[in-house]
Amino acid sequence: MVEIENRKLPFGGQSDLQFKMAAIGGLRRLCGISLNAVCRNKGLKASRLCQYRAFRINGVVRQQPFDSPTEKPQFPGASADFVDHLEFIQPNVISGIPVYRVMDRQGQIINPSEDPQIPKEEVRNFYQKMTLLNTMDRILYESQRQGRISFYMTNYGEEGTHIGSAAALDSNDLVFGQYREAGVLMYRGFPLDLFMAQCYANMDDLGKGRQMPVHYGSKDLNFVTISSPLATQIPQAAGAAYAMKRENTNRAVICYFGEGAASEGDAHAGFNFAATLECPIIFFCRNNGYAISTPTNEQYRGDGIAARGPGYGMMSIRVDGNDVFAVYNATKEARRRAIAENQPFLIEAMTYRIGHHSTSDDSSAYRSVDEVNYWDKQDHPISRLRHYMTARGWWGEDEERAWRKQSRKLVMEAFEKAERRLKPRPELLFTDVYQEVTPILEKQKESLWRHLQQYKEHYPLDVYDK
Amino acid sequence: MAAAARFLLRTAGSSKASITNVNSGLHSKFGATLLRASPSCHPLAKTQKRHAAHFTFQPEPVQTKYGPTQKMNLFQSVTSALDNTLASDPTAVIFGEDVAFGGVFRCTVGLRDKYGKDRVFNTPLCEQGIVGFGIGVAVAGATAIAEIQFADYIYPAFDQIVNEAAKYRYRSGNLFDCGNLTIRAPWGCVGHGSLYHSQSPEAFFAHCPGIKVVVPRGPVQAKGLLLSCIADQNPCIFFEPKILYRAAVDQVPVESYQIPLSEAEVLQEGSDVTLVAWGTQVHVIKEVAAMAQEKLGVSCEIIDLQTILPWDSETVCKSVVKTGRLLVSHEAPVTGGFAAEVSSTVQEECFLNLEAPIARVSDDQLLKCRITWSSEAQCRH
Repeated sequence: MVEIENRKLPFGGQSDLQFKMAAIGGLRRLCGISLNAVCRNKGLKASRLCQYRAFRINGVVRQQPFDSPTEKPQFPGASADFVDHLEFIQPNVISGIPVYRVMDRQGQIINPSEDPQIPKEEVRNFYQKMTLLNTMDRILYESQRQGRISFYMTNYGEEGTHIGSAAALDSNDLVFGQYREAGVLMYRGFPLDLFMAQCYANMDDLGKGRQMPVHYGSKDLNFVTISSPLATQIPQAAGAAYAMKRENTNRAVICYFGEGAASEGDAHAGFNFAATLECPIIFFCRNNGYAISTPTNEQYRGDGIAARGPGYGMMSIRVDGNDVFAVYNATKEARRRAIAENQPFLIEAMTYRIGHHSTSDDSSAYRSVDEVNYWDKQDHPISRLRHYMTARGWWGEDEERAWRKQSRKLVMEAFEKAERRLKPRPELLFTDVYQEVTPILEKQKESLWRHLQQYKEHYPLDVYDK
Repeated sequence: MAAAARFLLRTAGSSKASITNVNSGLHSKFGATLLRASPSCHPLAKTQKRHAAHFTFQPEPVQTKYGPTQKMNLFQSVTSALDNTLASDPTAVIFGEDVAFGGVFRCTVGLRDKYGKDRVFNTPLCEQGIVGFGIGVAVAGATAIAEIQFADYIYPAFDQIVNEAAKYRYRSGNLFDCGNLTIRAPWGCVGHGSLYHSQSPEAFFAHCPGIKVVVPRGPVQAKGLLLSCIADQNPCIFFEPKILYRAAVDQVPVESYQIPLSEAEVLQEGSDVTLVAWGTQVHVIKEVAAMAQEKLGVSCEIIDLQTILPWDSETVCKSVVKTGRLLVSHEAPVTGGFAAEVSSTVQEECFLNLEAPIARVSDDQLLKCRITWSSEAQCRH
């Protein structure tokens, strides 16, 4: 029996972690990044940009001091040299940002110094949370297909990004999710009963049945309730991080979003505010290839989302989202530095949305079965972790069989229980609009009540809590 | 004002001839108003012209129930409220475009130096970011006071206000809320504001349960209502009539005090007609009421709504039951303006008490330009 509880990792950080944050100052170190255009252009010399970074971290006044005698540009907006030949900066100055990984597709550690050395029990916990999420997805997806719930969104293929990042955080860190981050909440210990209660909008739903399925939230687990509008959480997360910085309690904020949401104006706002106001925050982009049906090549022209970090003066990295250890390492280091240095970090986790966008979507209309099969069969975060565990003798066929049976049982029990529960009290329609129930809401409530008394035979009142 | 006068005439059953008389009386009064220097105007004639308004601000009677008072104009009373808040609430932060040096309307002057640059700071120029950031600060439990530089520029933040701030508490089942957020924005017409520095967008937000929308009529109300908005556990939008920033001067209590939200104030009791307005327009209808009394012998009851959402329908309806007539006037366009909501509610609640159709007084599209032209044109003559 696996306890779904909030767990802290029983081990410390990695001393030998050679972390490759693609910050502006660190661009040179990264293989595969074309720096030719940068190097040719004296005005963008990396050394100068390094100075800029140093300024930023120290939180000193960043505008360059006015110094008229020197033969340098005095424009307040940039610190740079003059050049005497016309040259545009190539858009591919930052291109081919490498994908950081720890394991190869067969689950073998590539560079032992990057192995996070996570103990067996915790790795098993990773695996069990990833597979439990998978099982829950399957059952809730089917229950939508059977008309039992109205809507669902699966997390297939993105389990590694959820568990790897969640495990690297402190449980006090505040999470702002988009909507496909159920694994983060599951890792933190959100019980299956409450996942189900939300999807069924029953009387146990913490959100009081007011939102569509998958809009989870938990005050106790520091997971801000999901809202449907995309990217709105990004500037909010920056604000929350600013408030936490002022509290000085060593807390950080993590903000999840997709590569599609990163096109919203709010994403720009959030990045720019976090950078200029020096907020301890991790922007975690799940680049899963599709925004509903729109592929990434119709979403942006640059090198993904990580390439935008330097433009905001923000530390950035691209990781293999299907490698739970890579996600873990990147998030852990980003968190440590975000708090220590009061600055935002951008992690672009490359992954693939194996499921449809939601139950309202049929992805066969815009992508091939072969493509989906590749990710499902050959590059899946769960199978990669399983390879890793199998190689160490940490997980065998018998355990797999037993766990599959047990996890399915856990999910089915929660599912059946949720289905039997009553719906929330109708009065809850009127609470929480404001902190207080205003006179007009009171009036509407009484009006509804009178209506229900008069025409009760037309309403299924017996399915609602009294 | 002419429209208001027409309504009053119709109410009083006067002839067309008297309309002309009233109108001419109105114009002479209007001119006289403009010739008077507003209280805080610079003595130079040129400055007087720029600050000349379409109304005369009458200071509030001095009240001592909140302790010692000081002469303050509206922007100083806002600063005073912010000062009180920063002093009493260590989590409070104030931010927006150009607020660090004191703000383009001088509402945050001296606060950064007094409380530190981490508490009073500039943000990048991005309204959706300012409001989104403010929501996040509030969700984390701190007090967020966001400034949008002009109400005309609040629209990029519309999604954050309507979909996020207003629904935070409801959608989370009260797990999370951003009740500590207050958004301040200069609002309404001003002599030279023209098309994009004069808008009164309160009606857009009045359609959005979950937020509170407040407009003060002068310095005393600005401080008391702003402090109520900051203390209120719901996100509030506080629109500051920018024409009053310097023109309106009251004796304002120095210490913190609150004026309750969602309570309209009856400024003058009357028996024949109820006049409802908020913000700057309160001063206009006060003059109209005096004119109606003088020229027509019509007794007007004047109500300052103060809070647009959730609004105090009880006070307005009680008044209309007594007077049998209602006129609502605002600066914003009449179609879909908040007067329509007031009118509709009063019609539902007071149908049998009404003795005349309810009148809404505003222009439909042109008010901003007209105010600009008329006040400046009058100045030139």
